[in-house]
Amino acid sequence: MSLLKIENLSATVGGTEILKGINLDIQPGEVHAIMGPNGSGKSTLSYVLAGRPGYEVTGGSVTYQGKNLLEMAPEERACEGVFLAFQYPVELPGVANTTFLKHALNARRKHQGEAELDALEFVKALRKKAKELNIPDDMLKRPVNVGFSGGEKKRNETLQMAILEPRMAILDETDSGLDIDALKLVSDGVNALRSADRSFLVITHYQRLLDYIVPDKVHVLSAGRIVKTGGKELAQELEKTGYAAYEDEAA
Amino acid sequence: MATTDTVERVSALEAEKYRYGFSTDIEMDFAPKGLNEDIVRLISAKKEEPEWLLEWRLKAFALWQDMPEPGWQKPDVPQIDYQDVYYYAAPKKDGPKSLDEVDPKLLETYAKLGIPLKEQEVLAGVEGAPRVAVDAVFDSVSVATTYRKELESHGIVFCSISEAVKTHPDLVKKYLGSVVPYSDNKHACLNAAVFTDGSFVYIPKGVKCPMELSTYFRINAQETGQFERTLIIADEGSYVSYLEGCTAPMRDENQLHAAVVELITLDDAEIKYSTVQNWYPGDVNGKGGIFNFVTKRGACRGRNSKISWTQVETGSAITWKYPSCILQGDNSVGEFYSVAITNNCQQADTGTKMIHIGKNTRSRIISKGISAGRADQTYRGLVRVLPNASGARNFTQCDSLLIGDKCGAHTIPYIESRNPTAQLEHEATTSRISEDQLFYCLSRGIGEEEAVALIVNGFCKEVMQTLPMEFAVEAQKLIGISLEGSVG
Repeated sequence: MSLLKIENLSATVGGTEILKGINLDIQPGEVHAIMGPNGSGKSTLSYVLAGRPGYEVTGGSVTYQGKNLLEMAPEERACEGVFLAFQYPVELPGVANTTFLKHALNARRKHQGEAELDALEFVKALRKKAKELNIPDDMLKRPVNVGFSGGEKKRNETLQMAILEPRMAILDETDSGLDIDALKLVSDGVNALRSADRSFLVITHYQRLLDYIVPDKVHVLSAGRIVKTGGKELAQELEKTGYAAYEDEAA
Repeated sequence: MATTDTVERVSALEAEKYRYGFSTDIEMDFAPKGLNEDIVRLISAKKEEPEWLLEWRLKAFALWQDMPEPGWQKPDVPQIDYQDVYYYAAPKKDGPKSLDEVDPKLLETYAKLGIPLKEQEVLAGVEGAPRVAVDAVFDSVSVATTYRKELESHGIVFCSISEAVKTHPDLVKKYLGSVVPYSDNKHACLNAAVFTDGSFVYIPKGVKCPMELSTYFRINAQETGQFERTLIIADEGSYVSYLEGCTAPMRDENQLHAAVVELITLDDAEIKYSTVQNWYPGDVNGKGGIFNFVTKRGACRGRNSKISWTQVETGSAITWKYPSCILQGDNSVGEFYSVAITNNCQQADTGTKMIHIGKNTRSRIISKGISAGRADQTYRGLVRVLPNASGARNFTQCDSLLIGDKCGAHTIPYIESRNPTAQLEHEATTSRISEDQLFYCLSRGIGEEEAVALIVNGFCKEVMQTLPMEFAVEAQKLIGISLEGSVG
């Protein structure tokens, strides 16, 4: 069974139609990449899947684990295992990273009928994950994303993902703003989380990220539609030819 | 760090929604409604007070009758019918000798509030457990005081003020009204005339109080104004941390509360005074709720002395409160840390006064105001540097956070410097909880109300960190409860 099945999905933002009939089928354990030029609807797709207010679905369906994803509130989607790594992670002044992560994890555990972790159990679990991802202790104590460098912010998203153990992770331009070393660190973190029952939707502008996070399938998004699907070699082809051909096609 | 583990158990919020909204059915011994000289005499007689105190009350009463209501605050205060209020109410029995003699219903009430007195003593026996001595004020008369023995062994006096009038008349006579004179303002004047109870603390020279002292105030009888009077004296080189927490049962009538708190620090002494105030704020349409008109002031009389106020104000329909410091002693320090939350139709006008008199006196003001619903709040503060206060310094930071578009927040700082060497800094910000922040929390599985509580607790962190551990968790929860229904 598909983990995530998107059928003929269309959506508007502020009255403008951005997604114009998207079809996508992601099986458990698969890594799909979505590439496309600026303004093609990549980020809109990620926000629609995460349930961001203001992104209005006007047609089609999204089925996640056999359920209608679009009927769920954003926090319910998260608790059901959908995770969006933000292109621009948001700052929460005064809210310690540890506190934030504990609330998030316990919300998910509660949703799943599991006992909430107490402070001690949580910190133990967090330290372990942080160590695996090479994330220093002081980053856990600092307020969420406040004063973080671009690289730290993206690594922090990866840490959140590691703690929340989603089934469907959506990475929205995780590579943007990263130098090559930070890109490697973040990619290593993501690769460590790949497993047979966890799927990824990797949204990116450049092929570079896909050298590190190697996808099973690559889709080209242009003007709100998926105009081509192929294997990982499609990404390399795009790197040479650019998106121009597809933009013409969509128009 | 406990304060960073914000808003524990916020998921249980629904169950806690007006958890504190109940009243206990205990027989009251009422004096008749209304206020006149006879009532003042009756209160004084019931308390078996000495002549000087009765005289003081009567002078206050005489002045009060012609005194105008304060009119400069922002909230509209409805006309108060002072003749429709009981000025004396007390549980019928004589004061119990121990907790076992306390009316079981009263203990039940405290248990509902999460402060079971019996457990306090048990907790004290546990090695390393935080110890809190509670002088429980139930309506107007103290009914239980714990830990007295241990405090006595340090020479510390912690009792009701009525008791102190009998046991330590010299101290009371010397300091009562010395920081807040009865002529200070109409509410303080009323308090002087009719105060029925409150706490008295004396920390002797060189003694560091070994535990946090705590008084839980609770308004219980319908239409009974509360006129608490607290007097804390820290003698040379001493230290005490005092906690005050308040909750009130749900009521339809507006209830007047006009308390007075006076703090005095002598040379090298320090008082830390923390308040968590959660009185009934009225319903979502503003019906009912407490009028909290409080005069709190501390005098740093001695050199190198320090007074620190921390307040978390989430309750009351109208709050009118300015915990202040008079920095008389050279090198003395005054601090004011405040979180004020107003939701629905609540109104708050709160802030502080820092009066720099001595040389090299320093003050610090951190105020965090959160306004939601249709609520309106004002930070009103005065920093005054007198001509002799050379080297005085003040830092003020006032941050306001708005939730929704129907609430208001105002910052009114008065700064008066008459000494050219003074250094005064003032910073102010106003912000909103952004949709980005909310969605970020939602996308991590955190529900909307929990997210707001988390973000607001982050906004207030600097102040919350100054609360003693015993209060921090409760205060964080309160913030969540107070802001329920403020988004969506």
